[in-house]
Amino acid sequence: MTHRQLQLVLLSGVVIALAILPRVITDVYMLNVLVLTLMYAALSQSWNILGGYCGQISLGHALYFGVGAYATSVFYASFGITPWLGALAGGVISMLLALGLGYPCFRLKGHYFSIATIVIAEIGLLLVHNWDAVGGALGIQWPIGPDSWVTLQFARDKAPYVYLALGLFVITWLVTYWIEDSRWGFWWRAVKDNPEAAESLGVEVFRSKMAAAALSAFFTALGGGFYAAFVSYIDPESVMTFRFSLLFALPAVLGGIGTLWGPLVGAAVLIPLTEITRSYMGGSGNGLDLIIYGALIMIISLAKPEGILSLFHRNAKPDARP
Amino acid sequence: MSGEPILEIRNVSKHFGGLTANDDVSLNVGRGEILGLIGPNGAGKSTLFNMIAGALPVTAGTIRFNGRDITAMPGTARCALGIGRTFQVPRSFDTMTVLENVMVGGFMRSSSTGAVRRAAIETLDFVGIGGRADAPAVELTPPEKRRLEMARALATRPQLLLLDEVMTGLTPAEAKAGVDLIRKVRDQGVTIIMVEHVMEIVMPLVDRAVVLHLGRLLAEGNPADVVRDDKVITAYLGERHRAA
Ligand SMILES: Nc1ncnc2c1ncn2[C@@H]1O[C@H](COP(=O)(O)OP(=O)(O)OP(=O)(O)O)[C@@H](O)[C@H]1O
Ligand SMILES: [Mg+2]
Repeated sequence: MTHRQLQLVLLSGVVIALAILPRVITDVYMLNVLVLTLMYAALSQSWNILGGYCGQISLGHALYFGVGAYATSVFYASFGITPWLGALAGGVISMLLALGLGYPCFRLKGHYFSIATIVIAEIGLLLVHNWDAVGGALGIQWPIGPDSWVTLQFARDKAPYVYLALGLFVITWLVTYWIEDSRWGFWWRAVKDNPEAAESLGVEVFRSKMAAAALSAFFTALGGGFYAAFVSYIDPESVMTFRFSLLFALPAVLGGIGTLWGPLVGAAVLIPLTEITRSYMGGSGNGLDLIIYGALIMIISLAKPEGILSLFHRNAKPDARP
Repeated sequence: MSGEPILEIRNVSKHFGGLTANDDVSLNVGRGEILGLIGPNGAGKSTLFNMIAGALPVTAGTIRFNGRDITAMPGTARCALGIGRTFQVPRSFDTMTVLENVMVGGFMRSSSTGAVRRAAIETLDFVGIGGRADAPAVELTPPEKRRLEMARALATRPQLLLLDEVMTGLTPAEAKAGVDLIRKVRDQGVTIIMVEHVMEIVMPLVDRAVVLHLGRLLAEGNPADVVRDDKVITAYLGERHRAA
């Protein structure tokens, strides 16, 4: 069996195990944590396409998450359009938005790019805040209806959300898996490692970044659509703040940036930890979770810059650079 | 050297602010030749390479490749036309394996991963580091890194290959292997321009030598004549070569 086939077998094992979990866990709080863990794994997998593989560290992906959440909510609450289609529409809008923003932003290098993404996402948050047609500061409440796979509303049994989040994770994983071994995957990593050398080898550097951004934004918006359906009420603060941008980047960074399994491993550690601190410390308004994230980033970058997964690699020698 | 030159450099200059790195350089490179580009440190050799490969824009002048004006073309497009290059300070992709590094170049000519992988393995064998294919690029020794640079450039199937000090820091035995490799590349029909400081290596290998000094073309001709040129000895080679 090749290394790539082994990955697929591993995925099947993980999926089967995770699909059985909702049959075992009945506690609503625990199921909630499981849903969020899988959702952030999928979102971090999406972020990883641009940040991990292509090396363009975005700290503004909350923008695409918000666009997905809002598109899905507006289409459903105002026009009764199923969230399946709403999320797809949000994905397409985010993709176009990412291309429009990437055009100027990918001319910026390193930290300047990251700072620009933060600023743009904050502007997006302010715009939505003041945009009455989408509920302004009040947000959008999803109409209450019976449990249904069409409207993605499940009031009693939370298990369907586990399957939906798991499905989203599997899709983002498979897309990453497929691209990793294609021309785009090689081009992205070349752009990350050394853009000058990449260009001398015929890599379309700018186009590579644009493609990664578009794909990354698309899946992030699907995640936003899912989240809106899951919580069935959104406002600007609950889907578009900087905290989300951090939560998309961190699992990948923690688990192993630019790797296939890093986002899931990182999310499995980070999200339960976050949820537990939140329920013990109360609310998310006090910023304690942000302090924890900050501390985690520092610990990782000092102790294990290549993430948790590198503990299992025989060959990983981050200090071998001359 | 007959027929149309593969590369024509016409009155090319490069200024970095007040500093003139290349000053009105004109040069033709014939198809299939090995051209040695020599000159003291800071003469502008790497800068000229960067302008030929499209990594730096020219300040003035034109560059034609196979008769086509490429002066304004980005590096990616020049690679597609058939210009390959190595960097004086190796620039490997350090999160990738040696094989993956070469595959990046291979995707220039094909989008089939399997075909690109097979070709890359062949290329690695050709440059003599096939045994290191699965090693992370960071773990290569400096001479291996220079071979990787060559393999990567060769994977793009260039017609013209620019080699910037690929033999620097090699032991005599390694340098001998390097010379053999460069001959092998030329025998496949690739035109080569090489920058090298060690005269014992350059002179027997090249068909023609060009000397840059302070950004200007100082001398040009067959290697034996160039090393006897008074201007070249004074500016670059030093008195040690006067007797030779
Ligand atoms: N990007 C740059 N910005 C400013 N000055 C530069 C740049 N690149 C090169 N120079 C300057 O241009 C001059 C020519 O440099 P170049 O690297 O082309 O010399 P070289 O002939 O390759 O020298 P060496 O043998 O040391 O490699 C030097 O004075 C160098 O400092
Ligand atoms: Mg140089």
